[in-house]
Amino acid sequence: MGTISRRDFMKMSGAIAGMAVLAGCGGGSGSSSSDGGSEGGSIKVGLLGPYSGDVAQYGLAVRNGAELYVKQVNEAGGINGKQIELDTMDEKGDSTEAVNAYNKMVEDGVVAILGDVTSTPSIAVAQQSQNDNMPLVSASTTAAAFVEAGPNVFRACITDPFQGKLMADFAADQGYKNVATIFNSGGDYEVGVADAFVEEAKSKGLTVTTEQGYAAGDVDFNSQLTTILATNPDAIMCPNYYQDDGKIVTQARQQGYTGVFLGADGWSGVLDYASAEDLEGCFYDCSFTANNDDEKVQKFIADYKAEYDADPGNFDALGYDAAIVILNAIETVEKDGKAEYGTDDYKQAIVDAIASGTADGVTGTIKYEGTGDPVKPTLVLTFEGGVEKVFTTVEA
Amino acid sequence: MAKKTATAASPKVEKGYKSLSMPARYVINLVLVAVFIFVGEAMIDGGMISRYQTGVLEQVGIYIIMAVSLNIATGYLGQLPLGHAGFMSVGGYSCAIFIMRNMEAFGVTARDFATGAPQATLLFVVGLIFGGIMAAICGLIIGIPALRLKGDYLAIITLGFAEIIRVVMQNIDGAIGMDLTGGQKGLTGIPSYTNFVNTFVVVAISLFLIHTMMKSRHGRAILAIRDNEIAAEATGVNATYYKTLAFVVSAFFAGIGGGLYAGCIGVMMPAKFGFMKSVEILVMVVLGGMGSMLGSVISATVLTILPEALRAFADYRMLAYSIVLIVMMIFRPEGLLGSYDFSLSRIIEKAMNGQLFKKKAKAAKEAK
Repeated sequence: MGTISRRDFMKMSGAIAGMAVLAGCGGGSGSSSSDGGSEGGSIKVGLLGPYSGDVAQYGLAVRNGAELYVKQVNEAGGINGKQIELDTMDEKGDSTEAVNAYNKMVEDGVVAILGDVTSTPSIAVAQQSQNDNMPLVSASTTAAAFVEAGPNVFRACITDPFQGKLMADFAADQGYKNVATIFNSGGDYEVGVADAFVEEAKSKGLTVTTEQGYAAGDVDFNSQLTTILATNPDAIMCPNYYQDDGKIVTQARQQGYTGVFLGADGWSGVLDYASAEDLEGCFYDCSFTANNDDEKVQKFIADYKAEYDADPGNFDALGYDAAIVILNAIETVEKDGKAEYGTDDYKQAIVDAIASGTADGVTGTIKYEGTGDPVKPTLVLTFEGGVEKVFTTVEA
Repeated sequence: MAKKTATAASPKVEKGYKSLSMPARYVINLVLVAVFIFVGEAMIDGGMISRYQTGVLEQVGIYIIMAVSLNIATGYLGQLPLGHAGFMSVGGYSCAIFIMRNMEAFGVTARDFATGAPQATLLFVVGLIFGGIMAAICGLIIGIPALRLKGDYLAIITLGFAEIIRVVMQNIDGAIGMDLTGGQKGLTGIPSYTNFVNTFVVVAISLFLIHTMMKSRHGRAILAIRDNEIAAEATGVNATYYKTLAFVVSAFFAGIGGGLYAGCIGVMMPAKFGFMKSVEILVMVVLGGMGSMLGSVISATVLTILPEALRAFADYRMLAYSIVLIVMMIFRPEGLLGSYDFSLSRIIEKAMNGQLFKKKAKAAKEAK
């Protein structure tokens, strides 16, 4: 057997890599030229999100939910006899990649896009989508600037300020007088919720005793908690992601705090990060919980389990609902039959249908009233013996 | 774009050796760049290059500027700064904010950038230079203390400064009490002032300026410091001055690249300019070969296109990307091109003298 010299190996690997790149380019241009084949057969919908990288967990969850609904619709015969074809693209949580993927989808001839998942890429895509009037529905982007980009942009989730306001109203209803906040000052989500909470709490006549920020990545919150506990609040608003929330709750209990913690939907999953006793009686608002007796929710959970052999979370449910919003609108347009598939009129018709339609989702009934923000009910959950329970439902 | 890298290496004055005059060299390169941009634009207008591909090409241009500008500090000066993304964000934010704030003063609307109105072009140029200068100022502030250190220590201090820039971008709004960077939410609604033509015109000008600087007295001094700082100082080169100069120029062009980036993506967010972005750019330089401008250009092109070209393979594309890097570093640790630089004029001259393949043939003979 002849030996291969290092030089030859280099040449060969270079050639192979070159060929792979060429093949990749070829594949790319090939798929872009096939956008005409949708007549009669299928309806192309883009699905954009981070499926690798730091925020992949959210992207994958949204994708699971969306794919589940699309599969159900396709199995039931599709829309107007047409199958829904998903054009799924990964953007790794990066705005540059998201814009590239968006342009690629437009080239592929999608009529609407479900995405993006996280704030910055979503805003970048929303701004780009203005050129094409592409209907855009995000399952989970809470940033205000997203729907402000234009009338073609919608979301299925509630916003950060809305959650802050909701929890402040809730705190007032519960009769708390003194509240404090502790939040990650380097996160737009946390700051957005906390600011709205403080504003609404003040206008409701509550006293905000102190506002404590911490830096992203902190694991020791004792100094902030000492300051907070010195002001003796009835409740502490802690609108962060669950990993931080778990630590904050545990450390506060160790310092002897017995009052209530309030949170936002970032708390979803906190049970793995703090003990049941420490969490007992705390509240947070959320769109979705598996411990909801609602028939629709239970059916969704059963379907999801059958498909993925796992329990759905908040993002799965929102992905599912965003898909309902888009496909409902497409159905309206298809039944109407006035706009020809793939034209600008078709996209405009979808945008109008979303804006005026109602989607009966698993996170509640979603309507839009003149903006891209949904009008939908929100759940306030509490913990009882280590189990999440629906405490109350706040109607829109 | 590599055509611009033609060296002005003094042709040896051998008897009977035909050479190109300097103006002729510049004209050849200028014509080639113009042809490249013109053909590119014609293909975009004609629909041969789609909007998606145009977007990727713009990013290629931006990363070429980023890689080549970092190459000044790593390849030519021989330092290892890890804060290039910081300068990129300073330039990007300054340029975007400047353009957004001055659109009214210049009587420009977002549409004008697409049509290429003269005021819009003027605003674009001024904004970009403003971004570059702001980045250069940061480079100066960081460079003076940082360049007293060497090697790992310099890497760590520049890394630290880039983090400071990021945190400042996040919190400056609250500190000065006005809406400037948009904080953690990011700066949104940046008009898309970047397009194929202006990106590559800027790339060509940047490469030309960097190239001529490196061939000048200043560039030679920088190279001398890289090769042996003590010897360079002994011959009268002011090491501190030239190190700072190289660092500031590097930051300036990073700012220009950042300005283009802001217009290309339309959203700026501090978190996007963290440590990983700096490393990404550094990888381009190291892969291309430290000290080779053509190497930086090629690797920036390849590494920007590769993830997009591999999009069809979905989940496996990042695997392919990393394998390319690993194979590269095992078999060619000095980078694709080492310190070789391409010169079109040199090749033309060789062809004129009928020596194009002579050297190679000779080397092959010796090898036998």
